[in-house]
Amino acid sequence: MTSLIEVENIGKTYGSVIALSEVSTVVNAGEVTCVLGDNGAGKSTLIKILAGVHQHDQGSFKVEGNEIRFSSPREALDHGIATVYQDLAVVPLMSVWRNFFLGSEPTTRFGFLDRRKGREITKKALSDMGIDLRDVEQPVGTLSGGERQCVAIARAVYFGAKVLILDEPTAALGVKQAGVVLKYVAQARDRGLGVVLITHNPHHAYPVGNRFLLLKRGRALGSYEKSEIGLEELTRQMAGGAELEALAHELRGVEA
Amino acid sequence: MTVTAKAPPAADERLSKPRLLDQLVVRPEIGALLGALLVFLFFSVVTEQFLSLGGAATWLDDASMLGIMAVAVALLMIGGEFDLSAGVMTASTALVTALLATQLGLNVWLSLLVSLAFALSVGALNGWLVMRTGLPSFIVTLGSFLALQGLNLGVTRLVTGSVQVSGMRETAGYESAGFLFASTFQIGGTSFYVSIIWWVLFTVIASTILVRTKFGNWIFAIGGAAQSSRAVGVPVVRSKILLFMTTAFAAWLVGSINILRYASVQANQGIGLEFQYIIAAVIGGCLLTGGFGSAVGAAIGALIFGMARQGIVYAGWNSDWFQLFLGVMLLAAVLVNNMLRRRAERVKR
Repeated sequence: MTSLIEVENIGKTYGSVIALSEVSTVVNAGEVTCVLGDNGAGKSTLIKILAGVHQHDQGSFKVEGNEIRFSSPREALDHGIATVYQDLAVVPLMSVWRNFFLGSEPTTRFGFLDRRKGREITKKALSDMGIDLRDVEQPVGTLSGGERQCVAIARAVYFGAKVLILDEPTAALGVKQAGVVLKYVAQARDRGLGVVLITHNPHHAYPVGNRFLLLKRGRALGSYEKSEIGLEELTRQMAGGAELEALAHELRGVEA
Repeated sequence: MTVTAKAPPAADERLSKPRLLDQLVVRPEIGALLGALLVFLFFSVVTEQFLSLGGAATWLDDASMLGIMAVAVALLMIGGEFDLSAGVMTASTALVTALLATQLGLNVWLSLLVSLAFALSVGALNGWLVMRTGLPSFIVTLGSFLALQGLNLGVTRLVTGSVQVSGMRETAGYESAGFLFASTFQIGGTSFYVSIIWWVLFTVIASTILVRTKFGNWIFAIGGAAQSSRAVGVPVVRSKILLFMTTAFAAWLVGSINILRYASVQANQGIGLEFQYIIAAVIGGCLLTGGFGSAVGAAIGALIFGMARQGIVYAGWNSDWFQLFLGVMLLAAVLVNNMLRRRAERVKR
């Protein structure tokens, strides 16, 4: 089976800044690939390449076995790669269904918006994902942060995404809300989508992830299958491993 | 767009009848409609002529010239941009038409066509510059506003030796073009200008596009969150440039109505009008930050303008009072809009 996405030794520079260098990973159908790293580790650069916002300078980027270079997010979408950004998931003042269909609006024979169809499909697609909204005409801004992410995820699933890229979907959320979002991530995975989950929280990544790519300062710190690594080790590596131990030692010194 | 009265069969049982205020949130033009009603009643009671057919013809005409522009500007504002060159554009287009027809002897229809092409290119240039530079459209179109103002005066003085172009009446095609843009029609023995029909037509088309089409959906989206829209595949740059061109088109329409009605045009015409368009759009429920508003609302905003401006004349008051009225209206509208937006954006946790 060919992977949905396969990147090999991919790299990207902005002028003289090396944002990403020699990073490799795969995304398979029905699996979650987690990308972990601190701020500035190159997570955003990686997903922006996958999503078609930026283009890579080095290495190879294959979608379903074919070498590819996207020129726009639209092109990535046409290849079934949908991205849900942390802050950019939705347009707050627009209604839920208008957001849901944004960019792929249903039209009647005469070219007008098919509003009834839009509302019905939105309600159905959301309830399929387990989100029960009272009114799809309400502005998305009135939903909670978790619900907004879910609307964006449901949208990607409905429009036939094969790969779902989630940029820090749990970052701004409370514990309960984050749990809800992770549930939908698992649901998308079980529907056979390949999911790329970007996060800096190993506790969110570990329960749903199949594969963990750790980034640091634009380079891969390690890449593990779930069977190869436990939550504790993942957390330790995330936090900088040996560095953290040194820091802990120092802090103990302060106390004493 | 709103919660319709006849509920669909699949209505959710948890949905009680929506509260009035919640319904108003999704209807940005409601405030303007109430305002228009108040102004109408006020001047109907206070003055004699206001409610007469002749009176109505006057304030409707005033509102129509402003309204055509206000509607186009509203679309642009919902799309998240401003166009300060919109006012002088109405003069520029009229000048191009007039100069071509009177100085070069071109047929009026041909002159109108060239002037339209000129308007659309200026609109496209405005949009392209804004998108290309990423600068606020406020500053970019302030530049084109000044540039056009200079061109209007400079070129006119260079060609005619004065600051006005006249003599349209003798040009070929003036009659037939005038019929389309500047004729009158009779209702109950009173003449109404055809510009009123243009205004209504333009409003209906703009509003239909805005709420009933894909492109309309995109206008709201690019004004509300351009980056998010781009991420889901909305052609942001193309859409915004189209909106600037729409404003330019409206300016051409108003310019053409002006030149064919008065047969002459002043080179310094139109300056300052750009703010009236923005004010009318804001009174009609447009947010200054984009992403929210209504074309019908902007048309109603223009109606309030027209009624108040003429009503004050009928009442025999000094026209200074109009500015006071305008300021109060604008502040009230902004406050109401702001409240509605906060309500819409309020996050339930």
